[in-house]
Amino acid sequence: MIRFENVSKVYPRASRPALSDVNLEVERGEFVFVVGASGSGKSTLLRLVLKEENATQGTVLVAGQQVGRLPQRKVPRLRREIGTVFQDFRLLPNKTVYQNVAFALQVLGRSAHAIRQVVPETLEMVGLEGKEKRLPHELSGGEQQRVAIARAFVNKPPILLCDEPTGNLDPAISLEIVRLLDRINRTGTTIVMATHDDDIVNQLRKRVVELKNGHVIRDENKGVYGTGG
Amino acid sequence: MRLQFLLGEIWTGLRRNLSIAVSVLLVTTVSLYLLGLGLLAQREVDTLKGYWYDRIQVSIFLCSQDSGEPNCAGKAVTDQQRTALKEQLEQMKPLVENVYYESEQQAYDRFQDQFRNSPLASNIRVGDIPQSYRVQLSDPTKYDVVVSAFEGAPGVGRVQDQQKTLDKLFKVMNGITIASLGLAFIMLVCAVLLMVTTIRQAAFTRRRETGIMKLVGASNLTIRLPFVMEIVLATLAGVAASVGLLWATMHFLVVPYVAKSLPDVALVGVSDVWVIAPYLAVLMLGIAVVTSWATLWRYLRV
Repeated sequence: MIRFENVSKVYPRASRPALSDVNLEVERGEFVFVVGASGSGKSTLLRLVLKEENATQGTVLVAGQQVGRLPQRKVPRLRREIGTVFQDFRLLPNKTVYQNVAFALQVLGRSAHAIRQVVPETLEMVGLEGKEKRLPHELSGGEQQRVAIARAFVNKPPILLCDEPTGNLDPAISLEIVRLLDRINRTGTTIVMATHDDDIVNQLRKRVVELKNGHVIRDENKGVYGTGG
Repeated sequence: MRLQFLLGEIWTGLRRNLSIAVSVLLVTTVSLYLLGLGLLAQREVDTLKGYWYDRIQVSIFLCSQDSGEPNCAGKAVTDQQRTALKEQLEQMKPLVENVYYESEQQAYDRFQDQFRNSPLASNIRVGDIPQSYRVQLSDPTKYDVVVSAFEGAPGVGRVQDQQKTLDKLFKVMNGITIASLGLAFIMLVCAVLLMVTTIRQAAFTRRRETGIMKLVGASNLTIRLPFVMEIVLATLAGVAASVGLLWATMHFLVVPYVAKSLPDVALVGVSDVWVIAPYLAVLMLGIAVVTSWATLWRYLRV
């Protein structure tokens, strides 16, 4: 589903590469934790998948497409295949829960009929039924992240990228969020989650890829957070 | 839903950025108003040229008994000289289209008729205006050929060319045209810069929305269209306002005042506003679309 072949990324004016010679393969339907300290290259890895950045060297393949060779006009189509969740939720503060989720479908030109059908289903799935008319600031952090997940998933993308989705949440809520992601994963969605929340990684026992200074230093199934190398 | 969503986005955008949208409207109005004035002045010059070129004549005034012209030396034109001049004029066809002879009596009558409301009329007697040949040219710009052929010829007092009088008027009109077009150009530059600023500002205040749009894979058109449409709407309102102002200028100022004081001069009218309006609209909309698209390309990269 996602494949990195000898990928390096050097930002202009940076002293060392953000990623160096990374090889990684994520199969369809996998759940992968990408762990590592701040600045280890986790976010860069996700940005390369989204073509927010281009690799300096090597090939990034997403759903069979070479992301580096993709012309700009085809980037929107790539991003429709990928849902994205961030640490800071990125909700629209003046839109309700329902409108925030519907927005993702509206900008893709979906029909009103389809939106009325899919949005309530998705909100129910993430456990927000009955809160459709709330504004983001009336929700707890965990609930806001559920809205963000609903928005990322409402278009049923085959891939879900999560960049520190629990970074702003307390441990109990974090675990609920990851359980929700786990449920989404069981519907066949590939999930790549960057995190440095060791509790969660250790509890879920999924595949763990550890980055340090841009290198993959560990890649194991049913892994734990580890000692940080 | 698609259209409804687009309209909703435009409406929110305009409401949030109302003051800037209004300033785009005003700058558009003023620049198009000046441009319109320039174009109308130019049309006036063209109208006048057409009008006068139909009537323009070179007048060859013949000598009379008490004419003060040095070429006459105090003698009236003889019949022989007059026939010779007439023949010479006939030979200059086709440049010379028509030749009319105007006797002293006819000249007096015409003057009395033209200035019937003026005290000048009663001070003129038959003979004060000499007899003349009125020469109509097929190409009014070549008047100097006729002037040089007849100036100083025997029996000719003075050759008067009305083109020279008109040239002064045309110079004034051209001055108005150039001045208003120059100002219009400066205002158009202002309009473009203001549009760029407006879009930068709008793109900045809505970076959250556009960021999410990009992430969920909205097309460039979906992301940019609301911005472009906001500018286009403000511009359209400006076009309407400027055309309204031009109409008001013609209807309330030019037609009642200028036209009344110059009854035998052909003037541009309200209908000319409708002729130039489509050009103004197309020009400004073109500028709006190109400017906003180029700015968005620069500030809303995927």
